[in-house]
Amino acid sequence: MTGKEIIVSVERRKVLKAFAGAGALAGVQALFPAWAQTGSRGVAPTLATLSGPDIALTVGHSPFSVGGRTGHAITVNGTLPAPLIRLREGQHARLSVTNTLDEDTSIHWHGVLLPFQMDGVPGVSFPGIRPGETFAYDFHVRQSGTYWYHSHSGLQEAMGHFGPLIIDPAGADSVAYDREHVIVLSDWSFLHPHEILRRLKASPGSFNRQRTTIAGLLSGEDRMSASERRMWAQMRMDPRDISDVTGSTYTYLVNGHGPQENWTGLFAPGERVRLRIINASAMTNFNVRIPGLPMRVVQADGENVRPVEVDEFQIAVAETYDVIVTPRDDRAYTIVSEAVDRSGLGRATLAPRLGMSAEIPPLRQVPNLTMRDMGMDMGAMNMGAMDHGAGGMDHGSMDHGAMNMRDPTLAPPNMAVGVGVQSISPMPENRLAERPLGLENEPHRVLVYTDLVALNPNRDTRPPSRTLEIHLTGNMERYMWGFDGRRFSEIVEPIRFERNERVRVTLVNDTMMQHPIHLHGHFFELVNGHAGNQPLKHTVNVAPGGRLSFDLTADAPGDWAFHCHMMMHMHSGMFNVVTVRPLDEAAS
Amino acid sequence: MRVFATALAPILLTISPAAAQDHSAHTQTPPILAAPAEADPHAGHSMQMPSDVAPPTAAGDGSANAADLYFDPAVMAGAREQLRVENGEVITHAIILDRLEATSGNGAERYAWDAQGWYGGDINRFWWKSEGEGAFDGDLEHAELQLLYSRAVTPYFDLQGGVRQTYRPEGDRTDLVLGVQGLAPYWFEVDGALFVSNEGELTARAQAEYDLRLTQRLILQPRAEVTLSAQEIPEFAIGAGLSNVLAGARLRYEITRGFAPYVGVEWSGAVGDTRNLVRANGDAPEATRVVLGVRALF
Repeated sequence: MTGKEIIVSVERRKVLKAFAGAGALAGVQALFPAWAQTGSRGVAPTLATLSGPDIALTVGHSPFSVGGRTGHAITVNGTLPAPLIRLREGQHARLSVTNTLDEDTSIHWHGVLLPFQMDGVPGVSFPGIRPGETFAYDFHVRQSGTYWYHSHSGLQEAMGHFGPLIIDPAGADSVAYDREHVIVLSDWSFLHPHEILRRLKASPGSFNRQRTTIAGLLSGEDRMSASERRMWAQMRMDPRDISDVTGSTYTYLVNGHGPQENWTGLFAPGERVRLRIINASAMTNFNVRIPGLPMRVVQADGENVRPVEVDEFQIAVAETYDVIVTPRDDRAYTIVSEAVDRSGLGRATLAPRLGMSAEIPPLRQVPNLTMRDMGMDMGAMNMGAMDHGAGGMDHGSMDHGAMNMRDPTLAPPNMAVGVGVQSISPMPENRLAERPLGLENEPHRVLVYTDLVALNPNRDTRPPSRTLEIHLTGNMERYMWGFDGRRFSEIVEPIRFERNERVRVTLVNDTMMQHPIHLHGHFFELVNGHAGNQPLKHTVNVAPGGRLSFDLTADAPGDWAFHCHMMMHMHSGMFNVVTVRPLDEAAS
Repeated sequence: MRVFATALAPILLTISPAAAQDHSAHTQTPPILAAPAEADPHAGHSMQMPSDVAPPTAAGDGSANAADLYFDPAVMAGAREQLRVENGEVITHAIILDRLEATSGNGAERYAWDAQGWYGGDINRFWWKSEGEGAFDGDLEHAELQLLYSRAVTPYFDLQGGVRQTYRPEGDRTDLVLGVQGLAPYWFEVDGALFVSNEGELTARAQAEYDLRLTQRLILQPRAEVTLSAQEIPEFAIGAGLSNVLAGARLRYEITRGFAPYVGVEWSGAVGDTRNLVRANGDAPEATRVVLGVRALF
C-alpha cells in the first residue's frame, strides 16, 4: 500500500467517526455508484448509470472499506463494483477505457457478442491497455440481457475491477416487471490475490477451516464414518475440499456491501421486482435464496428462458440469473448469497422502506463430497444410498486400487497424464439434472440445469458434425489446473473450429472441484434434453466428477479465450485459446 | 437417428435462416423443430457423430494469431508471452519452519530446529532444508543445510538432488544428496534421502509425519525418523546398519494457519552397533524428552 492510500484510509475512518449516523451514511454512500447504494429505489434508464453512445471509464487504485477495515482495490471510475453500464440493443457503443494504474489493464465484456479484437483479453484479442493509455472499444450491440464486465489482466478482477452491464432489448422486453435491481455478488479479501495463490500453492488446504476432524467424528457432526475417512485418506483426497478460498479470508459482498452493511433495495408491495443477479466473484459459487419469497427465473446468462419458479439456485462464478420476485407484504426479505462451502454468506435486504431488515438464516452444514464427485458412479456400484454407518459394506476395505482413479486409457488420446493430473474420473456422469453441490436435500425447489429451456427456439438446428472431448484436470495437492492435463503455460495447441462449424463439445471433470467454464465471443447450447430450445450459456458450471455437453456453432471468427472462471484455476493454467477460421478478409 | 437428422437437415436449413448472425433475430424464428435429441444424458457417445476427429482443414486457414491483423504483431507477441506466463507459470515460494523447539530430558536443556523452503514453479523448484540441535549450556552439536534441485515427478512426489553441508564438533562433512519427498497414501508426509559424503560414507535418512486433526485448530502430529549407515563411522559413533530411531508426537494449536505453538514428547535411541559405540563413548544411548516449540509458515 502506498503512503497516499494509507492517508486516504485514515481520513475515511475519521469521517466515519465524526459523522456517525445519517451524515456518515451519506459519506459512505458517495463511494458507491447510485444503483449500488443502499436504499436503492432500483435501476431505471433515468437513473445515473453510464449509457449512450460514448462512455468513458477510468481504471485506477482506490481504497475500499468493508467491516470497518480498509484495503486496496483496483476499480473503474473509483467505485467497487464499477458503474452500471446500460446499453440498448441495436446501438453503437464506444467505450473509452483510460488506464491510470502503473500496470497494464483491460476490460472484457463478459457474454457480449462482438468482434474478437474488442473482446478485451490481452494476448488474445488485443495487446492490453498500457499505463497512461486509453483504448476505445467500439462495437455494435446486437443482443440484450444482463451481463457484466471485468479486467482480464492478471488478477485485477479479484481486487474489484468488475461491474454490471445491462443491454435493453430494441423492442418490448419479453420479461414483464415494475422495478429492477442489480445484485452483484462478489468476494473480497484483504489479502492480495497473489498472496492467496501463493498460500494455495504452498498448502492447498490453507483457507479451509471446515475439514473433517476427530472431534467431528466422535460427535457425529462430520456425518462421515471412520471407514469413509480412511478411504478418502487413502486416496489423498479431501471430502471437504469444496472451495479453495473461503470465508476465512473472504467477506462476501452484495453490490460492494458486506453483510453488516446490509445493502437494501426498495420495493412497493405487489410490484414485480426484477433482480439481475451477477456472480462477479473471483473464487466463490453461491447458493441464492430469499426466504419467504419464491423466485421466478426468467433469464440465464443474458438469454431469456421459460420462466421457472424456484426457492433457491446455485450461481457459479461468472453466471448471471434474472429472477422476478413479487413481494406482497409490507415487510423486509433477506437476500441470502451463501458460499457453497457454507463458510460465510453475503446478505442484502429487499424492503418497502430503508432501515428494515429480516432474519438472516444461519449457515447450513458444510457439504461432504461423495464418491460421485470423484467420477465414480455410486448408483452403478449401489453404494450411493447406503447407510454408511450400518451398511454391510466396509468402505475402508474396498480396494480402490482395483478401481483405478487415474487410468490413462480413459483420457482422450492427446491428453497429457502427468504430474498435473491427480485423477481421471472413472465413470463421469451427466449431472445436469441433479441438484448442485450441497443442495441435494434442501426441502424446497432448487434450480437444476435441466430446468433451463430457451424461450426462443435455437437458431442453428443442424446436428453437430463432430464431437470434441475436453477434460478438466488438476492436482489439488500441487494446486495445478489445466485442460487435458496441460497448463496453458506449457504452450498448448489452441482449440480449433471452422467458421460456422457445429460441434458437440463434451467437458469431463476429472477433478473434485466445480469449474465454471467460460467461452468468449459465443453462446453455446447446453445439451440438457430440450432439443430445439437448448438454453444458451456463456458459462457453465461443470460438477465435480461430472460430464456435460454443449453444442457450439462457431460463428464468430477470430481468437477467443476459453477458461475456468475460478480466477486461481485460470491463473494456474486452466485456460486455452479457441480459434475460429477463416477470418473476415476485410480485416485492416 | 443420424439418418433422420441428415434427411431433415436440408429442410431445417431452408426454413431457418441459419447463417443469420444477428443475435436478436430469434424472436421471430420458426416453431420448434426437433433437432437430434439426447434423450438419455449418458448417450453422448452413442450418437453417430464422428468423434475425436481433427477439425476441418479450413479451421487452420489464415493468420495463426487473429489479433495480429489489427495490432502490431511484435506487440502482440509480447502480450501473448505474458498471457502464457500468467496462466500456469506461477513462480512462488514458501518457508516452512516445521520445528523450533526447546527440549528437556536426561537432565539437559536443549534446542533444535527443522526448517525448509522452496522457490520455483509447479515442476522445478530450488529447495533448501536445514536442521540442527545443541545444548543451551553447551555447544552446537549438529547443524546441516541442504541445497537441492527438486523436480515433481509424480502427482504426489518430488525427486530431489543436491548437496548437504553438515557441521559437527567431531568433524564436518559435505554430502551429495539424492532424495524423494512427497505425500503418501493416508496423508503421510514422507521424506527420504541417500547421502554420500566427501569421505565416501554412504548414509540414509527417512522420516514420516502425519497431521491428526483433533479439531480445526488442534492438531496432533506423530513423527518418526530413522537413519542408516552402510559402514561404521567411528568419528560420529555411528555403526553400520540401522543406527538411530526417533519417534515423537507434537500437539500444536494453530492460532493462525501460519503460527502454531506446540508441546510434545520425543524418544530417540541409538540401535544396533551404534548403541554400543554410543555407550562406549560414555553417552546415554537413548533419551525421552519433552518438547516445547513453535511451528510457523511464511
